[in-house]
Amino acid sequence: MTQRSVGTESRATQIVLILLALAFLAFFLLLPLIAVFSEALKQGIAPFLDAVSNPDALAAIRLTLFIAAISVPLNLVFGITASWAITKFSFPGKNLLLTLIDLPLSVSPVVSGLIFVLLFGAQGLLGPWLAAHGLKIIFAVPGIVLATVFITFPFVARELIPLMMEQGKDDEEAAVSLGANGWQTFWHVTLPNIRWGLLYGVLLCNARAMGEFGAVSVVSGHIRGETNTMPLHVEILYNEYDFVGAFAVASLLAALALVTLVLKTVLEWRFDLHSGARH
Amino acid sequence: MIRVENITKRFGDYAALHGIDLEIQPGEFIALLGPSGSGKTTLLRIIAGLEFQDEGHVYFDGEDVSDIPVGKRNVGFVFQQYALFKHMTVADNVAFGLNVRKARHRPSKAEIKARAEDLLRIVQLEGLGARYPGQLSGGQRQRVALARALAIEPSLLLLDEPFGALDAKVRKDLRRWLRDLHKQMGLTSIFVTHDQEEALELADRVVVMDHGRIDQIGTPEEVYMKPATAFVSHFVGETNRFPDGRHVRPHDLDIVSEGGEAIAVDNVFRKGAVWRVEGRLAGNDTIVELDLSSDRQPPAIGETVFIAARRSLTFAS
Repeated sequence: MTQRSVGTESRATQIVLILLALAFLAFFLLLPLIAVFSEALKQGIAPFLDAVSNPDALAAIRLTLFIAAISVPLNLVFGITASWAITKFSFPGKNLLLTLIDLPLSVSPVVSGLIFVLLFGAQGLLGPWLAAHGLKIIFAVPGIVLATVFITFPFVARELIPLMMEQGKDDEEAAVSLGANGWQTFWHVTLPNIRWGLLYGVLLCNARAMGEFGAVSVVSGHIRGETNTMPLHVEILYNEYDFVGAFAVASLLAALALVTLVLKTVLEWRFDLHSGARH
Repeated sequence: MIRVENITKRFGDYAALHGIDLEIQPGEFIALLGPSGSGKTTLLRIIAGLEFQDEGHVYFDGEDVSDIPVGKRNVGFVFQQYALFKHMTVADNVAFGLNVRKARHRPSKAEIKARAEDLLRIVQLEGLGARYPGQLSGGQRQRVALARALAIEPSLLLLDEPFGALDAKVRKDLRRWLRDLHKQMGLTSIFVTHDQEEALELADRVVVMDHGRIDQIGTPEEVYMKPATAFVSHFVGETNRFPDGRHVRPHDLDIVSEGGEAIAVDNVFRKGAVWRVEGRLAGNDTIVELDLSSDRQPPAIGETVFIAARRSLTFAS
C-alpha cells in the first residue's frame, strides 16, 4: 500500500518535472523562434524576399559566409593541432595551454573585441605602424576575421581533447610500430578515430562564427555593404524600425541554428552508434 | 641476439628501472615477470623503441639501436588492449604495416592481399578478413593483433600482457596455441606478464623483476626450485615464511606423527589433485599452507597436527 503511494507520487513528480522543463523550453526557445519566423512573414512572402535580397542584406550574407569560410578551417587546423599536442605529448605549460583555450569562453565577447581594438586600432599598440604601411584591420574585414577566429577557437579543441584523452595513444603507437610515419598515422589512424567528434566541433564552431555579435560589433565599424555581418545587419534594421527586414534576416540565422541542431542530432546518433560498436 | 646494457629510466622523480642488464639468444621465448610497478612494461617498451632509456644501451645483433625509434627497429609489438584500428577491416589491419611502406619497398596489392590471407590462416582466422574488430571476440582480436605484428616480418616479437584482457578459458587455449606458434616460427619473443603460471608455462627463460631491478633470470625450473631472493620465492609459486626465516613451498611440507612444529588447523579443502590444509603455527599465529597427497586422510578442522619440511630455503635479507 505504502509502496504504491510512493510509486504514484514519484510518477506525479516525474510529470510535473517534465511539464516544467517543457514549459521552460517552450517559453524561452520555441516561442522566440516562432516569433522570429512569424514577424518575418507577417506581411507575406514578398516583403520577406525583398528584405533578404536587398543589396545590403546580400552583402551581409556574403561577408558572414566569407568570415566563416576563413575562421572555421583555421580553427579546424588549430583545434586538431592543440588537441594532438595536449593529449599525445607531455610538455611544460600544458595546463596553461588548456586554460588559454578556454579563455574566449570565459571572457565577454565585447572585451575580446576591445583587445583587438587596443592592439590594432588607430590609438592601439600597433596602430601607427599599420597606418604607416597602409594596412587597415580595425573597422575592416581583417578585424572581423581576427575577432571571429578568437571567439570560435575553443569549439573544435574542446570537443576533441576529451575524446582523444579517452582514446589514449595505443592506436598511434601501434601504427608507428608498424612503420607508419607521422602523416600516415594521423591520416589513417587518428583522423578516422576522431572524425565524428571533429565534425561536431566544426558544426558548433561554424554556428558561432556566423552568429557572433559582441566581438564583431566592436571591431566592425558597421559600414553597410562592407563590414556588416548578418547579426550586425539585423541590429541596424531593427534600430531603423524595419521590423520585417530585421526578422527576415534573423530568420535566416535561426534557420542556420535549426540546421545545426538537426545535423548535431544526426551526428550524435552516428557517434553513439559508432562508439557502441567499440568493445 | 638482443643485448640490454645498464638501462636506467626515470619518470620525473620516480626511478622505473635501475641498471638493467639482459641477454636474449635468437629464438628464445622470454617472460618478463613481476608485479605492477616492477618496471617490466617499461623495459619492454624500451626494447621496442616506444620509450627511451635515460642511460644505457640496447643492441640488436651487435648493432646499437639505443636511439632508433620503434618504426625502424623492425619489431612486432602486440599491445595489451590490442590497439586494433576499429574503422578498418581485419584484413586491412593485418596489411597496415605493408600498406604504409614507401612505394619502392611495398609489395603489390595482390601480394599484400595474399600475405594478409596467409597470416589470417596462421592465426586461425581464415575467412574473417572482411569483418571489423568490433565484430570479433576478445581471443580473435588478440590473434588479429598478433597477425598484424607478424605481417612486417619482425626480427623480434614483443607482447605486453598478451592474455591480460581475456577470460580464463580462452587464456589457457591461447597460451597453448601461442607456445606452439613460437615453436613453429622460432621467432625471438619477449612477453610481459604478472601471472607466474603464464611465465612458467610459456617461457624458455623467466626474468623476474621487482622495483625496477632484475631479481633473477633463469629457466622456469630454476626460478621455481632455486629462487635467488626472498621476493622470487614469494612471487613465483606459493611460499610459507616461517618466523625463523625459512621459506617452504606448500608441497614441501608434510604432516608427521611426531617431532615437527605444531599447527592448529583452520581449514581443509580439496585443491585439485591434493588436499590443501591451512593452519596457524602454535604460539605466533603465522599462517601455514600445506598440500597433502589425495590418498592421505586429511586432519579435521580444529585439530592440532605436527608438520615438517622436506625442503626449505633461507635468504640473506
